[in-house]
Amino acid sequence: MTIVDRSAPPVRTHKDNRKWVGKSIRRVEDPKFLRGGGGYIADLVTPDMLHVAVLRSPHAHARIAAIDTVAALSAPGVHAVITGARAAALCDPLPDFGPDPANHTWRCLAVDTVRYVGEGVAVVVADDRYLAEDAAALIEVEYEPLDPVVDPERALAEGAPLVHEPLGSNCAYDRTFDFGDVETDFAEADVVIRDRLRWHRSGGQPLETVGAIADFDHATGELTVHTNSLSFTSYLFMVAGTLKIPTNKLDIIPVPAGGSFGSKLFATKPSVIAGMCSREVGRPVVYLEDRVDNMSNCDHHGSDRVYEVELAMMRDGTMRSLKIDTIDDYGAYIQFGVGHHGNALAQVTGPYRIGSVRYRVRAVLTNKNQQGAYRGFGSEVNNWMLEQMVDKAARELGLDPVQVRRQNFVRTFPHFIPTGNVYDSGNYDAVLDQALKLSDYDRWRAEQRRLLEEEGRYIGIGLITAQERSVFSATEFWFWFDEPGAPVTSMPESVTLKVDATGGITATLYSCAFWGNSPETMVAQMVAEEFDVDPYSVSIVYRGSRDGLPATGPGGSRTTVMLAGAVEGATAKIKAKARQAAAHLLEIDPDDLEWVDGGYQVKGVPERRKSLGDIAIALHLFKHSFPEEIESGLEDSKVFDHPYTTMPSADRKDLGVFYPFMGHACHVPVIEVDIETGGVRFLSYAAVHDCGTLVNPRSLAGHIVGGTAQGIGTALYEEFAYDDDGQLQATSFLDYLIPSAMEVPELKIGHAETPSPYTPHGIKGGGEGGRMMAPAALNVAVNDALAPLGVRVTELPMTPDRLLTAIRNARESR
Amino acid sequence: MTGQKRHITLTVNGRPVSADVEPRRLLVDLLREDLGLHGTHIGCEHGVCGTCTVLRDGASIRSCITFAVQADGAEISTVEGLAQGATLHPLQEEFWEKQGLQCGYCTPGMLMRACEIIERNPDPTPEQVREEIASNLCRCTGYQFITEAVVDAAKRMRADSDSTTGAQT
Repeated sequence: MTIVDRSAPPVRTHKDNRKWVGKSIRRVEDPKFLRGGGGYIADLVTPDMLHVAVLRSPHAHARIAAIDTVAALSAPGVHAVITGARAAALCDPLPDFGPDPANHTWRCLAVDTVRYVGEGVAVVVADDRYLAEDAAALIEVEYEPLDPVVDPERALAEGAPLVHEPLGSNCAYDRTFDFGDVETDFAEADVVIRDRLRWHRSGGQPLETVGAIADFDHATGELTVHTNSLSFTSYLFMVAGTLKIPTNKLDIIPVPAGGSFGSKLFATKPSVIAGMCSREVGRPVVYLEDRVDNMSNCDHHGSDRVYEVELAMMRDGTMRSLKIDTIDDYGAYIQFGVGHHGNALAQVTGPYRIGSVRYRVRAVLTNKNQQGAYRGFGSEVNNWMLEQMVDKAARELGLDPVQVRRQNFVRTFPHFIPTGNVYDSGNYDAVLDQALKLSDYDRWRAEQRRLLEEEGRYIGIGLITAQERSVFSATEFWFWFDEPGAPVTSMPESVTLKVDATGGITATLYSCAFWGNSPETMVAQMVAEEFDVDPYSVSIVYRGSRDGLPATGPGGSRTTVMLAGAVEGATAKIKAKARQAAAHLLEIDPDDLEWVDGGYQVKGVPERRKSLGDIAIALHLFKHSFPEEIESGLEDSKVFDHPYTTMPSADRKDLGVFYPFMGHACHVPVIEVDIETGGVRFLSYAAVHDCGTLVNPRSLAGHIVGGTAQGIGTALYEEFAYDDDGQLQATSFLDYLIPSAMEVPELKIGHAETPSPYTPHGIKGGGEGGRMMAPAALNVAVNDALAPLGVRVTELPMTPDRLLTAIRNARESR
Repeated sequence: MTGQKRHITLTVNGRPVSADVEPRRLLVDLLREDLGLHGTHIGCEHGVCGTCTVLRDGASIRSCITFAVQADGAEISTVEGLAQGATLHPLQEEFWEKQGLQCGYCTPGMLMRACEIIERNPDPTPEQVREEIASNLCRCTGYQFITEAVVDAAKRMRADSDSTTGAQT
């Protein structure tokens, strides 16, 4: 029997007279970046450091018969050459949350078999990068090529070459979940809409690659690592364990990242390589990926899925049930398991009242770089899949695509979807209404008809309505297994607030530094809100992992909500102490005081007050004026744990609450397809998002536009294509096509604000929204444009070549 | 591989610089490592993304595919030369105001490219700015707020230049 505890946290009331939360202030982080003083990882390199270059496999699949490093070792400026075999003696395997990790062991360098083009086989440590690369070119590796397996469906076939022999199969995971009564819902449905869909792999590709500077001190046994990867204090054991050093001898210090979009999440390999090399040579060592390193070997390619989907519908447009069967090509390793599908299950039914879901996932291993994280973490793919199905249903049933969506909207909250996750709040009609208006939808529908009839032009309107989950709980990584061996995961985030003797406030953050989001601005605005100070007066510092409080770091659009909770909690502690102190100074009962405009004052007697500065100086310098129990200083911390997550049921028919703060958006691109060239051009693009209470509307808008630009890349241009031999076809930005300013339209942006009942200020995360929506919207738009030709595109990216092929095939079949 | 070092002299942000460099040494490495000017960043290393953009004699170049020896005798301008002490350049002000940056990594290259665009056309339309900054990739912003920032910086610079001219007459 399915038993779940769905107890929610208390419903909050949010104050509505906010001074700073909700204002589009200029970001507090920006001046240093504008002046070129960002302090990124490469900026920390000093002349005493040695540099690492990695020798990479040119083969997709081969045995390493021999490696000769003699010439490389005697090359100028070389301090060490470490092969995979030596690295395996120095380091344990890299952390792997996948099923059965012992049978697909992942190491920082390949030991006896290379499994994809770009996998590292040896590293050189030299005086500078030029010399390190010179020496790497002198390493002679004797390979015995093996047959590669590249296509995920062929990888499942009998007799396919095995990526990992010990696994005995290329299928790392295969499971089917039923949520609700799928069979009955399908039996009662009028029609079943079916399709096969293909989403090829792309990736975050920030302009800055991953890097690490490691300094191992043989005198103390301590390792200090600066890195632009996530430096979760909660997870530093991942690096420490691999390097076989005690966690209390490792300090990981966060450095601003020049973009991540997921791709610097848990990037442990660069830190391990730098740490291993530093320990070997006894000098500080820097390893900075170059672009080829990053494209071929970043461990962060995005989803790569084949879908067979069935959507059960009633003729009137009511959606009943979904059957999803997906094969996901994970590449050569599977570091995060199938967490990407857990993510999809957080919002698998979209904004619609769909009563049941069957979800089968097969995680397939092939000779490619492995999957990691890319903005959306797999739920953007689900959004795309579901919206293509809804769109197809509307076409097949002759229903209006707007109406069919609207009539299925969830309207009562909190709403539990069949998988067990909750949608905390929302107002999907309000978002849709605003989007229809902002996009000038009706006018474009008329224009679309006119331009086709009068000018033979193919215009498409791509309206989609989809979800934007936020604030993940890590259960999505382990509810796949019946024996998780862990209770519900708390995923904390911490903030320390210190009020100095003159009332100046410093906030300390403990997870990854800035990576293009704006944690400093968010925290400054929240502190300003709590203490009635100027946000630019708040000082923000970061702490390394060793003396840091528990912190999980960004990911799953969690940072702003979690930091808000931590700031709120630390503020409450500081204000409680300040109130006691003020009461003592004013010789009055603490309950007779109220916080007004930056200080405590006697209720109804505004002239009897103590500002935060008055209180702070007394607490710092004049402790003996206070009673015994009041200590000197005014500083406190809050470790804020995930506010709403529950255990999955033992039978896994209910996965519990794991992604509760549910945003929503409607995107409406209007495009024109040139049927002679296969090119797609934007005529208009409107996007309305609801991420709960806005903290800084301008920066959220920036994430919406930027995420949409990435979604445009995913939909039209970007692909890590591998040929039949497993050669990566995109190894520079000449082949991997990131949209430029000419490929991204100007967006009309709308915001709706439905506060979460469960978070501080009602904030929901919104960092991934643009990319959650744009691929789905553009596919719908292109199919809308090409519908008169009988073309339906089911594969992303919709390159000119793919579009022309689809148009030609449609013409030939007529 | 390695070669005899060459002596070069150049001007960087108005200051004379001389260095002995291998012929293969990249200009971006000279700027970042030898001169400590970390504002110029390395993005794709193939001359595609424009992250490493600096001005050579007023024209934008990709410093990641330019050898240091190719800058011999040239005037190089980098992001470090934009602000005058506490005063940000109008482009920096407008990028801040419009949130024309997120991670900040492409920003120095964007700013230098924008300097060149405004120098050549002091009154660019948003469409012209989009077309011209398409030389430089930004992975964060989607370019919308960058475009706004460049257009408004040009406006601000025209106003500044008008007031300067007015003061002189």
